[in-house]
Amino acid sequence: MEIDPFIFRFSIFILSIFVGYYVVWSVTPSLHTPLMSVTNAISSVIIVGAIIAALASSSGKIFETSSIFGFLAIILAAVNIFGGFLVTQRMLQMYKKKKK
Amino acid sequence: MSANLSATFYLISGILFILALRGLSSPETSRQGNYFGIAGMVIAIIVTFLSVGNFGSGFIYVFIFLVIGGSIGSFIAFRIPMTAMPELVAGFHSLVGLAAVFVAISAFLNPEAFNLGSIGNIKLASLIEMSLGAAIGAITFSGSIIAFLKLRGIMSGAPITFKGQHFINLFIGLTIIFLIYYLCRSQSPNIFWTIVGISFFVGVLLIIPIGGADMPVVISMLNSYSGWAAAGIGFTLENTALIITGALVGSSGAILSYIMCKGMNRSFFNVILGGWGATDQTSSSKSKEQKPTKSGNADDAAFLMKNASSVIIVPGYGMAVAQAQHALREMVDALKKNGVKVSYAIHPVAGRMPGHMNVLLAEANVPYDEVFELEEINNDFANCDVAYVIGANDVTNPVAKSDPQSPIYGMPVLDVEKSKSVLFVKRSLSPGYAGIDNDLFYRDNTLMLFADAKKMTEEIVKSL
Repeated sequence: MEIDPFIFRFSIFILSIFVGYYVVWSVTPSLHTPLMSVTNAISSVIIVGAIIAALASSSGKIFETSSIFGFLAIILAAVNIFGGFLVTQRMLQMYKKKKK
Repeated sequence: MSANLSATFYLISGILFILALRGLSSPETSRQGNYFGIAGMVIAIIVTFLSVGNFGSGFIYVFIFLVIGGSIGSFIAFRIPMTAMPELVAGFHSLVGLAAVFVAISAFLNPEAFNLGSIGNIKLASLIEMSLGAAIGAITFSGSIIAFLKLRGIMSGAPITFKGQHFINLFIGLTIIFLIYYLCRSQSPNIFWTIVGISFFVGVLLIIPIGGADMPVVISMLNSYSGWAAAGIGFTLENTALIITGALVGSSGAILSYIMCKGMNRSFFNVILGGWGATDQTSSSKSKEQKPTKSGNADDAAFLMKNASSVIIVPGYGMAVAQAQHALREMVDALKKNGVKVSYAIHPVAGRMPGHMNVLLAEANVPYDEVFELEEINNDFANCDVAYVIGANDVTNPVAKSDPQSPIYGMPVLDVEKSKSVLFVKRSLSPGYAGIDNDLFYRDNTLMLFADAKKMTEEIVKSL
């Protein structure tokens, strides 16, 4: 009997939760704010869905209802990707060790 | 690009995201981690372009919109002051939520593009995944907007509660589940739109009863939601990068919520179900009788600290509001010149988001190895000469250890009262957000400094 591909994806999902659990516990508490901004940035990988939606027009026109939602999502996700990574970088630059 | 090849690349970008979080285990590796994250994102975007393979005029538009969004994001990232970080993160969460809603809508309207079947005949599993993704995304969006408004001070931070609130939330939650079930049977667009609409409404209802100082939990929780929304969409699109990322972000937000709740000794449900101040008004009015306090001025404080051998600084939200972090660093520099040993003690829930104080101190060039967490430093108060409490209140209240009647009883607090003397910078004797009088004000070894945190610190610098 063949296994539904959903089960494979579900396995990846569950294992990733465990990976996330252990990785996040090892994050030092002083970096919890950058952790939030970087998780924000990476969750914007949802942009892959937005790009597919924007480019896949069924009627041949570039702008139809479904692709317009795709384009809007691209803007939102792009704000988040650039904003999220850059603000994280800005914060991380500030963490310095004591000068000896 | 073949489906197998692009799936492999999506897996690689998922792994790079894991490494991005892994880097945050220490400040030294964190910057490298951030580059891993950026690399993962670039790979995911390029692979998506290649696998769609449509480089016509649509591609140019995608590029234009990408640049528009990217410029807005970069502009915000460079301009935002560090004190506004909590609002910024809340605002960004709302964008992820809305993007998830838009992608789900688009998938519903044009399922062929995503290989999900055809209109009116979408695969059952996909329908469940996309409606869950849309619902969680919508809740994340409107909830984050409310959190943003509260943090920005546009909306009052006071909890908004009404009778039967929790019952209504539960009812709407069940309605959404029922509607998803119904959607699967009927495939009706109207039901889909109703689910999205109601979910926006739930997000608002969920966040309005939560008070301003519980925001660290709310932000972490919304962080977690944005992850689950992304994962839901990831299942719809059958995209490994999104599934991995969604799970990572979801569990990260959940862990942060847990840490924040533990820092307040409250259960998650207690926070979610609403205000603290509302539960116990009596205990604060009872202790309102006049008790003597000692107050001093900047010269007294400067004298005390200059002659101390060790000083511990306890910053809180008040420091962020007064933007006092730079003045504070100057004060510490002056003290160090006098041979005083200075360290910083941070309570897990100090400020409005996890790690808020650490970022502000880092901004003021405070080396991170002088900044300590509650467990690391709490024993040191007994051997310290002066504790300088600036903008913190409830997290120093000894009542949490002594009075089982108090609403904050059992909350881990900084043992500030054990130091030889306590300097408490505060504008007035008013109780903190929890509505509880701070016993520390009336201790013999406490000197109250009634002033704005920034002004007082600047004056101390002058008299040093």
